[in-house]
Amino acid sequence: MIEIRMHGRGGQGGVIAAKILASAMFKEGRFAQSFPSFGVERRGAPVLAFTRVDDKPIRLRTAIYEPDHLIILDATLIKSTNVFSGLKRGGTILVNSAGPVSLFNFPYDYPAASVDAAAIAVRHGLGTRSIPIVNTAILGAFAKFSGLVGIEAIVEAIREGVPMKRDENAAAALEAYDSVESVADAPANGSFPSEDNGTITVK
Amino acid sequence: MMEKNVANTKRDGLLHPSIDKVVVIEGTHAASHAVKLARVQVIAAYPITPQTSVVEKLSEIVSDGDLDAKFIKVESEHSAMACCIGSSISGARAFTATSSQGLALMHELLHWAAGSRLPIVMVNVNRAMAPPWSIYVDHNDSLSQRDTGWLQFYAESNQEVTDTVLQAYKIAETVSLPVMINLDAFVLSHTSEPVALPKQEIVDEFLPARKASFKIDTSDPKAFGALIGPEAYMEMRYKLYRAMEDARSVIREVDRDFAEKFGRSYGGLVEEYMTEDAETVLITSATAVSTARIAVDELRSMGFPVGLMKLRVFRPFPVDEVRELAKHVRKIGVMDRNVSFGATGIIYQETKAVLYNAADRPSVFGFIAGLGGRDITPETIKEIFSYLMNHDEPESESVWVSLKTSDADQGARPFPETGAGIRRSEGVK
Repeated sequence: MIEIRMHGRGGQGGVIAAKILASAMFKEGRFAQSFPSFGVERRGAPVLAFTRVDDKPIRLRTAIYEPDHLIILDATLIKSTNVFSGLKRGGTILVNSAGPVSLFNFPYDYPAASVDAAAIAVRHGLGTRSIPIVNTAILGAFAKFSGLVGIEAIVEAIREGVPMKRDENAAAALEAYDSVESVADAPANGSFPSEDNGTITVK
Repeated sequence: MMEKNVANTKRDGLLHPSIDKVVVIEGTHAASHAVKLARVQVIAAYPITPQTSVVEKLSEIVSDGDLDAKFIKVESEHSAMACCIGSSISGARAFTATSSQGLALMHELLHWAAGSRLPIVMVNVNRAMAPPWSIYVDHNDSLSQRDTGWLQFYAESNQEVTDTVLQAYKIAETVSLPVMINLDAFVLSHTSEPVALPKQEIVDEFLPARKASFKIDTSDPKAFGALIGPEAYMEMRYKLYRAMEDARSVIREVDRDFAEKFGRSYGGLVEEYMTEDAETVLITSATAVSTARIAVDELRSMGFPVGLMKLRVFRPFPVDEVRELAKHVRKIGVMDRNVSFGATGIIYQETKAVLYNAADRPSVFGFIAGLGGRDITPETIKEIFSYLMNHDEPESESVWVSLKTSDADQGARPFPETGAGIRRSEGVK
């Protein structure tokens, strides 16, 4: 089973992204489950969303405490919340940021990438410059970076899963897909090893 | 890329000929789609978190013309149930959905619906009662309605939600009693997962239009809801009691019919998991069952003879199934996601009650867990099994699992440390 945890803020579309990701993975022949952080979502408040995927039916019905992959929709959450809580050793980190991933000083044994999902979203008319809706762009980037799901399935699931601007959302995902490298090719991104307990902290 | 893993044989269950399509949807929508397939004629509801998306989706389905039903917006849950009662008396198939305080507000009319023998089906998204305010899951809302005469089902997956709504109308219309289908707030209601939606024509075969044996009809006037004297009230109550008793065999039969048509079965009132040679069995309900299966598998792989009984139906209580289980196990644990103040967990009380007059009475242990949305993880379940395997007799009436305590909490009973926990080297004591 693979567990993916998404960190965003209310209004960015993280909950819908987790659901679209589950739909896409299901389309590819696996089993998938997604759910929000079981809470009351307010615009701007930190929101968690989870996706599980497996090749057999998923019975586990708990929050995700030890994710294999992190998707961070808002980089300011890295300072204000413990987004890395429980991240498995070697787990990947994808962050929405205009800057290079080296800015974040992630430990080198956690492959990481950044994607300027906000700029891509704005270019495709998704949300506003101050509140871009980055969920579909980041999914495109995740497909390429993680290699866990095909971009065709992501685009198909986006077209079915977003309430409006289907073409624009699909185009944003495709542009983001082309803008990142696959994890297999990702360069080392930091300069210090993680601590031995298998979890990382921000330095 | 799209062909990846298409040969996944674990997905064969999603290929049954009765299936129209498989969609990834949340638990609330799993209910909405089933209501559409059941060709419900009247829907009345008042919004409350986390139920709202059940009727939100239904309002879209009705306004899009995909379901020929009257959608009645009301000013309270009390009125929602009143609308269901009125339409059901006229012979219509009626539906509503609610949660926690909304269900409590309906209480008076829940008695009315059952006393009038109306086959109304309701989805209740289990949410803890306030105060303190909570929108998260526990089962005190529905269990507080235990004695109203409604059948109560608890669902483990979104697929079971869809399938139970379809079964519920068939059961309700056979025994002339209302049915409440419960699903855990967020853990099921807002979790998206694959759900097989059956073909309409096969649902129509399974669940034909309702034929009310008596109804309000202006061309054939009758009086309903009249005052009745002591000479007949008790007999009417006995008939209701009998209907609930008889519902057990109807539930089993409908589940068998359902399996024949749709290829999925839920075992009737309970489902047993790894109980055949088990010495220690945990009884629990709803989504905790799904997670508990994982814990049972892990303990089995370590050689511990443990098993699980899923309580799918709480009313009528599965008396025969629990007594049958008691014949071949040494210990029974009951995990309640509820509490009856002044007593214990509610399912624990019921389990002990049906065993008291039985010949075989294993030790029965009670555990309270997961109140107000506290996460129930495989570790929670393993902690409980560890307690069960390390104690011969219950130490207290109900053990509160993972309770946070401080010195100020005089009298609170924390979950006792069993010390070693469960290790491969330990045998079952």
